[in-house]
Amino acid sequence: MLSSPGQPQSHPRAAIRFTFRGAPVEISDFAPHTTLLDWLRLDARATGTKEGCGEGDCGACTVALSRQRNGKTEYLPVNACILLLGQVDGAEVVTIEDLATNGTLHPVQQAMVDHHGSQCGFCTPGIVMSLYALYRQSETPVTRGSICDALAGNLCRCTGYRPIIDAMMEACATVERSALPAPASVLAGDAEDIFIGDENAFFAAPAREATLSRLYANHPEAHLVGGATDFGLSITKGLAAPKKVIWLGRVQGFDDIHATPGELSLGAGVKLADATPLLGELHADLGEVMRRFGSAQVRASGTVGGNIANGSPIGDLAPSLIALGATIELQRREVRRTLPLEDFFLAYKKQDRQVGEYVRRIIVKRPAADESVHIFKVSKRFDEDISAVLAAFKFTLDGKRIVAARTGFGGMAGIPTRARKTEAACLRVVLDDERTWSAALNALADDLQPISDMRASAAYRQIVARNLLRKAFIEAGGGGATRLLASNSDLGLIDAAE
Amino acid sequence: MLPNEHMAPEASGERLSIVRKPSPHDSARLHVRGVAPYIDDILEPAGTLHVAPGLANVASGTITKIDLDAVRAAPGVVAVLTPTDIPGKNDVAPAFGDDPLFAEKEVVFAGQVIFAVVARTRDEARRAAKLARVEITPSKPLLTIEDALAADAKVLPDYDFNRGDPAAAVKAAPLKLEGQLRIGGQEHFYLEGQAALAVPGEAGEILVHSSTQDPTEVQHVVARVLALPDAFVTIETRRMGGGFGGKESQAAQTAVLAALAARVTGKPCKVRLDRDDDFAITGKRHDFRADWAIGFDAHGQVSAYDVTLHARCGCSVDLSPGVCDRAMFHAGNCYWLPQVKILSTRLRTNTVSNTAFRGFGGPQGMLAIERAMDGIAHATGLDPLDVRKANLLRPGGDLTPYGQKAEDADVLVALLDKLEASSDYRRRKAAIAAFNATSPILKKGLALTPVQFGISFTLIAMNQAGALVHVYQDGSVHLNHGGTEMGQGLFTKVAQVVAEEFGIPLDWVRVTATNTAKVPNTSPTAASSGSDLNGMAAQIAAAAIKTRMIAHAVEAYGVPENSIAFRDGVVYIGNATVPFPDFAKECRQARVQLSHAGFYKTPKIEWDREARKGRPFLYYAYGAACSEVIIDTLTGEMKVTRVDVLHDVGNSLNPALDKGQIEGGFVQGMGWLTTEELVFNDKGILTTHAPSTYKIPVASDVPQDFRVDLLDHPNREATIYRSKAVGEPPFMLAISVFSAILDALHSLAPRRQVPLDAPATPERILMAADTLAKRP
Repeated sequence: MLSSPGQPQSHPRAAIRFTFRGAPVEISDFAPHTTLLDWLRLDARATGTKEGCGEGDCGACTVALSRQRNGKTEYLPVNACILLLGQVDGAEVVTIEDLATNGTLHPVQQAMVDHHGSQCGFCTPGIVMSLYALYRQSETPVTRGSICDALAGNLCRCTGYRPIIDAMMEACATVERSALPAPASVLAGDAEDIFIGDENAFFAAPAREATLSRLYANHPEAHLVGGATDFGLSITKGLAAPKKVIWLGRVQGFDDIHATPGELSLGAGVKLADATPLLGELHADLGEVMRRFGSAQVRASGTVGGNIANGSPIGDLAPSLIALGATIELQRREVRRTLPLEDFFLAYKKQDRQVGEYVRRIIVKRPAADESVHIFKVSKRFDEDISAVLAAFKFTLDGKRIVAARTGFGGMAGIPTRARKTEAACLRVVLDDERTWSAALNALADDLQPISDMRASAAYRQIVARNLLRKAFIEAGGGGATRLLASNSDLGLIDAAE
Repeated sequence: MLPNEHMAPEASGERLSIVRKPSPHDSARLHVRGVAPYIDDILEPAGTLHVAPGLANVASGTITKIDLDAVRAAPGVVAVLTPTDIPGKNDVAPAFGDDPLFAEKEVVFAGQVIFAVVARTRDEARRAAKLARVEITPSKPLLTIEDALAADAKVLPDYDFNRGDPAAAVKAAPLKLEGQLRIGGQEHFYLEGQAALAVPGEAGEILVHSSTQDPTEVQHVVARVLALPDAFVTIETRRMGGGFGGKESQAAQTAVLAALAARVTGKPCKVRLDRDDDFAITGKRHDFRADWAIGFDAHGQVSAYDVTLHARCGCSVDLSPGVCDRAMFHAGNCYWLPQVKILSTRLRTNTVSNTAFRGFGGPQGMLAIERAMDGIAHATGLDPLDVRKANLLRPGGDLTPYGQKAEDADVLVALLDKLEASSDYRRRKAAIAAFNATSPILKKGLALTPVQFGISFTLIAMNQAGALVHVYQDGSVHLNHGGTEMGQGLFTKVAQVVAEEFGIPLDWVRVTATNTAKVPNTSPTAASSGSDLNGMAAQIAAAAIKTRMIAHAVEAYGVPENSIAFRDGVVYIGNATVPFPDFAKECRQARVQLSHAGFYKTPKIEWDREARKGRPFLYYAYGAACSEVIIDTLTGEMKVTRVDVLHDVGNSLNPALDKGQIEGGFVQGMGWLTTEELVFNDKGILTTHAPSTYKIPVASDVPQDFRVDLLDHPNREATIYRSKAVGEPPFMLAISVFSAILDALHSLAPRRQVPLDAPATPERILMAADTLAKRP
């Protein structure tokens, strides 16, 4: 029985509920690590959704999750292969089989046929679903750039993508998208805690923070899951079978956002997709990092708190926010503490998080008028790739002099980190006098000793980090074009005069 | 502009209604709805079991102990397969008997399969496989080309083409250059990984649904491993989710795992490799090291080329003989090389056995000489396009290094002129020079490079095909042929040929799954040959039926043969018009055979490998691309900004599908030369093990400005409707991207040689830039 929001309750719901093929589905018996893709393909025998990689990188398993939010129906593309089944609670799961009605193809599907957008066809269901989500979700006219952004998480090995982009341009040009009806049945959110299983093995999705706090304090070995975009791989690749999973996606208020003129506070549960425009407003470079962060599917599932708490040395958010001077708020039962974000990361995959403590929010200072921010992501491939180097700089300027500097680096150490000797040496920099730069440039090698791996060699990382600092000085000094790519929205080439 | 002396008869007066139309892929409507079944989507027979392999985690060593007790005891496990379960030979190799299904004593690469688990679910099988305790005494692996050269480790003897004394000629040349180019391998990354479903039948018979480009080869291997006659084994392939060469020989092991499991358990068994396992187990494009020297004069005219193509074949032979030979066939690309030596080594390493991949060695051979052409331009100060044009095969200099005459080299000359003009090459080249002069960090580059690709299997026996056509009494037509559909649109093209022959709408022709019981003894769908071979075989089959139908019409209606026409679903017989279905029924009533097995073998070709003489290719496909790039000399990041392609498909069977092959091939080639990097660590483990670390192009990598045109010009050879093969040749158009990067880097230090290997990752580009221009 449904209870209304806010109403106290003693018995949590012992099932997840979602909509599939227009009908309600309730499931109370599933292993906490069951993925949505396995449920679709093995239980529902819905084989239109494919598994290409099992790690959320190829997008063949893309489906759309539709939910009511703020009076609107949202359509989010997600990678079903690494999404836990429990995470679809409250959503309509829309798959490739749902799009055509009575034998009539959806405009996206028809355009894909007309433009020869499929060859082998294996990636096609995922591509169509990503395009469908964009088609339903986008409130502005699509561009070739926005289509590329929507497809960054969908690999096609046959077509070279051009016909797919053409197809989407046509599908969106010829139909009034906003006039399309909402799906037949979408569940409203509710305020029930979900707990499926027993004290030894469970999937929990608390709706109230008090429940979360109590549950996690009692089960500190449980896995806290934001979007499962990394956790999912431990199941599909690591073959883990976690017994206790607490999904944070239903905790009310966990995705709260407070924006003031001075700072931006993001609840740990804020989805990366929702954080993207806010971070873009905070600084354009941060917006560009977020545009290239994972893929549309990863940003639609992954959360700010999950990315930070995961402690990856190569996550893009932490080094960017460290440079901006962010703080992190941690909570255990009623106790809250706040610390500078860089202090949260202790060593490789080790964070300053006590037993039962969870990341509650991140607070980022907005750059002041005299602060100059420069963030660079360098990776083997521009989109959907883990950074070889992420370098973020914030300089406080007095004319052409740097009077304060903060840095943040990813990929350069076992943790996201500041380069403190470099920061100190930056105080000697005069932006319009290159001779003053060398102390700062040279200090980087003292600060950071990266490793070689399959993404880049240590030597390359060192040179790039140094060159990026150089670029930051050039940009801060008002110098000319230093970047190849601004954004995919105009496919961002700096159009040099010919 | 183009010569017309070879114009085909049908090109002038042809009345074609189905062929040459841009019909969509026959499965397009199924693809977009998610209802085109791949192996893992086939409705499983009741009781289907699932198989997961157990892999070696060291590159080289001796197995001392295999303890599978924990595997056998794991939940859901039904059987564990080891070499003792094999009734026949423990060998899945295509020819040389050197690829065991399960390693028995020696481990020769990390990822080699040692055993397999059969369980109720795939998840249970995978989890159980992890419980094995395999003890391997490691030995020092040979991993790199240098390791293999030092140990003189080869899978096969060297082979060479020779003309004159190029070593002496290089020495004697007014100008000379030498270099060493490393060329990376490439993972196929077909979106559907290797998969097979085996269903046991009576008396040992077995049906295997296999995602393979070579059902006949899979049939042989299954029969060999199970000790069955070929006639007991049927392989069926409806479609692959991509192949690109990776499901030619390499599909066999997966299919055999399923078949062996089915034999042992008596149940239907399925294998669908996890993507990481697929990366580890299956071969890739060969990586090469090309050691080259070239002699030329101040006009860029080449007098001699001396190249050694070292190929890392991996742990076994597989298809390396053909791959390495084709690298040699294309090592001269389209150039006249008066004195030339092409030496090929086939190196053995403790890495996965490299295999077929679109272009089959051709791209590697071609990249080396194109690199040399850019080297000449940089050394002389000439424009690279002028150097290329000065060295094209031409009358008086029209012999390739293997002695085949380039009979229609004029097509390429015309094509290059046309693309040079349409891409505005000269003006853009000047504009880029101006841009680079004022842009200290960002540099642009432009390059226009040609492709000449020989069409035919260089193993002559493989140039044959069969097709089976039935006309049913309702006028519908069943078409089956030996070619496999992997996305390229082969089924559509061949159906167009058959529909054209009968003058019926395309959708009256039903193409059915490739099946070794319908059309036997087929060749793999490879070497770009699919439409050439199977299109001809299908046309021959359809024409034979049509001839019988015409004979019946002549007899029954008393009209001359030339008054009969098949068009628009109607048979015109003198003054009578009979709908095709009615006429089919009439023929059946008159006891006319409405089924035919067509057979085709490519004419003219011959190749004596020992004597290095003959005509290995029926014809050449030509193309050229002009690519513009911009690089960041502080990070090495690179973006391809514009690409113009002009490609020779003869008279296209289907321009939309051909364009799809050209664009897709180009982008795949671009990936090979830019972001796709295979990294093996010092233990021989592939660390770029999945798409998270191995980066194929995504949508935003494709140039925003991408102009692709077909050179619509009849094939001088009598191919199917005078078309040309299109699967592989466009892959090499992407060499223009690599050349454009060289051009951009060269602007940093004019007249100096650019130290750049492939793939040109940001790291390699930055390191090259740093070498060329040391900055404070």
